[in-house]
Amino acid sequence: MTDTFSQFSVLSLYSAMGLYAVAFILFTLDLSGLASAKARLARIGLSITWLGFALQIVATVLRGIAASRVPWANMYEFAMTGTLMIMSVFLIVNLKWDIRYLGAFITGLVLLLLGISATRYYVEVVPLPPALQSYWLVIHVFVATLATGFFALGFALSLAQLLQERRERATTDKQASRWAWLSRLPNSVTLENFAYRLIIVGFVLWTFTLIAGAVWAEKAWGRYWGWDVKEVWTFIIWTIYAGYLHARSTRGWRGSRSATLAMIGFGAVIFNFTVVNIFFKGLHAYSGLS
Amino acid sequence: MSPQSETVTNPRLSPVGWLRWFWRQLTSMRTALLLLLLLAIAAIPGSLVPQRSSDPNGVTQYFADNKDLAPVLDKLQLFDVYSSAWFSAIYLLLFVSLIGCVVPRVAYHWNALRSAPPRTPSNFSRLPASESFDTNTDPAISIDRARALLRRQGYRIARYDSKTRLTLSAERGYARETGNLVFHSALVGVLVAVGLGGGAGFAGQRVIYEGQAFANTLLAYDSFNPGRFFSPSELTPYTVRLDSFTTVYEEKNPNAIGQPTDYTAKVTVQLKDQAPEAKVIKVNEPLRYGNTDIYLLGNGYAPQVTVRNPAGEVIFTDTIPFLPQDKNLTSVGVVKLPDGLSDQLGLVGFFYPTVSKGHSGAFFSMYPDLIDPVLTFNVWKGDLGLNEGVPRSVYSLDTSKMTKLTGQKTDLASLELKPGDTVDLPEGLGTVTFDGVKRFVSLDIHNDPAQGWVLFFALLALGSLLFSLFIPRRRVWIAVTGSKVEVGALARGDDPTLDARVAELVTALRTELGT
Ligand code: HEM
Repeated sequence: MTDTFSQFSVLSLYSAMGLYAVAFILFTLDLSGLASAKARLARIGLSITWLGFALQIVATVLRGIAASRVPWANMYEFAMTGTLMIMSVFLIVNLKWDIRYLGAFITGLVLLLLGISATRYYVEVVPLPPALQSYWLVIHVFVATLATGFFALGFALSLAQLLQERRERATTDKQASRWAWLSRLPNSVTLENFAYRLIIVGFVLWTFTLIAGAVWAEKAWGRYWGWDVKEVWTFIIWTIYAGYLHARSTRGWRGSRSATLAMIGFGAVIFNFTVVNIFFKGLHAYSGLS
Repeated sequence: MSPQSETVTNPRLSPVGWLRWFWRQLTSMRTALLLLLLLAIAAIPGSLVPQRSSDPNGVTQYFADNKDLAPVLDKLQLFDVYSSAWFSAIYLLLFVSLIGCVVPRVAYHWNALRSAPPRTPSNFSRLPASESFDTNTDPAISIDRARALLRRQGYRIARYDSKTRLTLSAERGYARETGNLVFHSALVGVLVAVGLGGGAGFAGQRVIYEGQAFANTLLAYDSFNPGRFFSPSELTPYTVRLDSFTTVYEEKNPNAIGQPTDYTAKVTVQLKDQAPEAKVIKVNEPLRYGNTDIYLLGNGYAPQVTVRNPAGEVIFTDTIPFLPQDKNLTSVGVVKLPDGLSDQLGLVGFFYPTVSKGHSGAFFSMYPDLIDPVLTFNVWKGDLGLNEGVPRSVYSLDTSKMTKLTGQKTDLASLELKPGDTVDLPEGLGTVTFDGVKRFVSLDIHNDPAQGWVLFFALLALGSLLFSLFIPRRRVWIAVTGSKVEVGALARGDDPTLDARVAELVTALRTELGT
């Protein structure tokens, strides 16, 4: 039974990835302005993304059923649930504000992360070791992945903001035409404010993750904070984003500098999730790889 | 507040002037930002180099692997990053800056909370958001209704009228700044509680096997780390006995055969002069008892061994915890026999809970549970080095003054025993009996009196952060001049919804005034 469920989960996931790939191409074409029926490409891309998203939910739920627990207990599952959260935040925010222009980035990122983890870090369903048997696994890890979703959008918007600033600074026609593909995006100040609003949500969730992690560490390892590598990186990420928030109210730092910090922050999130999980040794050795 | 202008107009500063200049620099937003980023960067090396606090064996290994580099890194305190002088300097400066920043803001905010909102500007078009409309309601009634409306929306209101113009000045969202100040203060609280907690408590480790009890006294611990202000008299007098320790191993899932899925330690605890209580300790469920927290952190096998001299008299009998070496619990332990035989003997033991033989003929354990247990010994004869006053680990044997009698590179095979077996020691020295095997657990016992405070301040920070980030702070002005009603607004801090709010206010006002 377990096997059947996890096989269907894998099947669903690969189908979702296929759809994301198609959506990625459509979004990219739309951005590049190569295709004539621009608006429609993005709209089709979005529908396909929704479809892929539905399949990814199926994949994740089946994996959870196969394992009889939450599907976020090893590297492969973190990637599956984490990218699902990135997608959710993107699609849900998009219901309220049109951010289809981030579609290429988000589908591309999710595809990359899923592709790497499904091919290199796939592991069969195994039971939880005693240290992970805790409701804190449910809360702490889930909120962390959710925060990642917000930070990812914050990164994309900050990147767009930096590019947009270039376009706005362009003085010659030649320069302006190079950045023409950005003309349908909001102006840099709007992008910046938007990034900020998403990042503060991410920051609150990350603060919670940090505290919940400490509470759990106290129960599982007998101390709430021990500068384990994963704890160190969680702290670093938190500090970078605190820096970002300060930069927003520091003269001379608002704008491109604070946007750069937001991007570095997300870089650290990804680093924490990939390099730290796989190559660093510490108590958080739950990638499921050996 | 710009420090630059200060230095420009006062090129030659007095010492006090310099101090003030330094203080302003330190408490400026830019410094806070730089220190935060510096702190993030300074934390990185501690994740690249093993730390004494979290991975002492890793540090030893690092020294062995990098003979030249390690001492240099050690000089730079890179094995103790988080207690290093430079890391401490950064966060202490940051917190001094924070306090210097927050205190004046508290005073300022306190005043703002008690004073009326500022005067109404004469020209609303300069405000970031404004609208106006006409009404035929009487100005005095209009302004009263506007006031009632704003009051309902939680604004603090002051009235500033001129002859022809009736105006309201209103402000809301003071909780944003309050939240911000509480947040920063709570961070100081976290730091202080962490600092005090580390000094007041203790952390100790103790290994006990099934049936064994230990009393919570300094001497009973295998290792003990007291905080700076800890005194041994604070140890609550109680005993802990391990009644049983059970593990559950996965047996069905072919991808995880032998993976532990549950550890349960059943213990009996007893406070001095009180009735014993039966309790359970599990990995994620520490036992909170007698002012301490008792954690189940490790476990393994402890073979029971009896040694007799050639005359058949028992010279040694004990249960010895063996250290697990791999996930199938191949375990290593040492029996030291200083007295009772013609020579001092040391036995280096390997325990295999489920034994199997590899191609090379060497034993290994293929399953962590006790299915086919085997104990082997290599026997060493000579000087155990126990009389030199140097503390010796119970888990290792110093063989520098000993000769090996059995095992690899000797003529004799290692001793090999199944439970209940008795075999002869070489050279007719006596016999060894493997009486049986018990489980042991390694317990961590902690006391951190400030832990609850750390959590309290952390949650306070989280809660106030919500206020600080999500409560919009705005000023709103309403002016009625004849039939014209103007509404203007100004956000303090980030508030991208200001225009929409003004529009909403105008709509509400029009309904209120019937226009
Ligand atoms: C441990 C060091 C610090 C941390 C972790 C920290 C964290 C934060 C965070 C997360 C925020 C954004 C949330 C909010 O608006 O309340 C913030 C805002 C702020 N911080 Fe800090 N802070 C620190 C030190 C300082 C220092 C030293 C100063 C003074 C120079 C300062 C001044 C401010 C100000 C003025 C704001 C409000 C910015 C705004 O209105 O957007 N902080 N801080």
